Amino acid sequence: MKRIQTLKLVDQQTCGVA
Amino acid sequence: MIHQYKLNGYNIVIDVFSGSVHSVDDLAYDIISLYENTPKEQIKAKMLEKYKDDKTITSQEIDDVFSDIEELRKNKQLFTSDTFEGKAFDFKNRNTVIKALCLHVAHTCNLNCEYCFASQGKYHGERAIMSFEVGKRAIDFLIEHSGTRHNLEVDFFGGEPLLNFDVVKKIVAYARSIEKEKGKNFRFTLTTNGISINDDVIDFANKEMHNVVLSLDGRKEIHDNLRKTISGKGSYDIIVPKFLDFVKKRGNKNYYVRGTFTHNNTDFTKDIFHMADLGFSELSMEPVVCSPKDPYALTEEDLPILYEQYEILAKEMLKREKEGRPFTFYHYMLDLKNGPCIYKRISGCGSGTEYMAVTPWGELFPCHQFVGDSKYSLGNIYDGITNLDMVNKFKNCNAYARKDCASCWAKLYCSGGCAANAYHSTGDIAGVYDYGCKLFKKRIECAIMMQVAKENKK
Repeated sequence: MKRIQTLKLVDQQTCGVA
Repeated sequence: MIHQYKLNGYNIVIDVFSGSVHSVDDLAYDIISLYENTPKEQIKAKMLEKYKDDKTITSQEIDDVFSDIEELRKNKQLFTSDTFEGKAFDFKNRNTVIKALCLHVAHTCNLNCEYCFASQGKYHGERAIMSFEVGKRAIDFLIEHSGTRHNLEVDFFGGEPLLNFDVVKKIVAYARSIEKEKGKNFRFTLTTNGISINDDVIDFANKEMHNVVLSLDGRKEIHDNLRKTISGKGSYDIIVPKFLDFVKKRGNKNYYVRGTFTHNNTDFTKDIFHMADLGFSELSMEPVVCSPKDPYALTEEDLPILYEQYEILAKEMLKREKEGRPFTFYHYMLDLKNGPCIYKRISGCGSGTEYMAVTPWGELFPCHQFVGDSKYSLGNIYDGITNLDMVNKFKNCNAYARKDCASCWAKLYCSGGCAANAYHSTGDIAGVYDYGCKLFKKRIECAIMMQVAKENKK
């Protein structure tokens, strides 16, 4: 089993915006 | 910057500036927490000591975790530096268009809710009703100031907008009559307390409204305690049958049943589950924002209870989804793979720049929560925006404008928070509403945990 599993902003409507 | 936490049996690592989310085991969790400030040999010694009873954890295993971390760092998915702040990204000089208006078609209400931020719909002024002429001009104003944006949003709001239903219908008909010619697509939203809902309203809304927001606080005794008719009676028994009929006839179109919780119901998950059990599946429940002196104001002592409630909610939602009876909670809607672009994450809801409220007489405010506060008047729909200094203040109101947010892991999820809440709690739109901030972070932790849980089931 992998110990780290990864589920990028750095490459980049108007109630909780995000 | 990273943020690590444990919740519901999961170890979660959020890489703030890439948006990456990692689900890790105990060993990786511990190593990541030490990785930036501790020499590798020291980390290895600590881990071998801590996990000496676990035969699977060897020196080689620890080296493998080091390699995985370095690989993620190289791929800009862990310990990513802030590449946004340093760039010449001048928010004040960015070109913005108006994409949404909140039309206050009625500054009057047929309920007398104790916690109403709009002072029972009158916004600290006189009762007022928007004329069709003002509404028509507001639609024209929006088109004129929307640039090349195709989708435009108009929220019918109050007070209670259904007290001016004929004008709502006329405004929608006018917008529909010109939208194709103008190259626009209007999305209308109706926010209602439900008292005036009838078959005519349901048929019209289900044809024309992209979304409807139905105000219900949950259990009957909770709802009736603060949401009363003018004569002082509870409104639950009047509105719930109407909402059920409305939603049933709405089919697959968007709606939200939206409540407010207060100090009176810090066990608010019971209200959410009550609404779900009634048959509503699209739910939202917001913490009341009011003066600390109000008897129903949330307190610091309430915080640990509310944190636990948000965890209970997340776990119950996962359970119900597994059982085939899911419901959505507005603040737990998180899309990790196709979420908002970085511009949106930094700039926030757009109040005062891309989104404005229009009073019944055509005056413009940054959003519905500033209506009635004359120093926040931005101009009007006839003369346009005249208070450019205020618009510039709102342009600068973002995740990077608040010093208090500089070291916060959640700033690209909340975009710096709500300007109105900041203003009402600190006197400054660029301030931070600390209480709301704490609740927001808890909600995001729960929302991400739910994503991890769903991923682990695949």
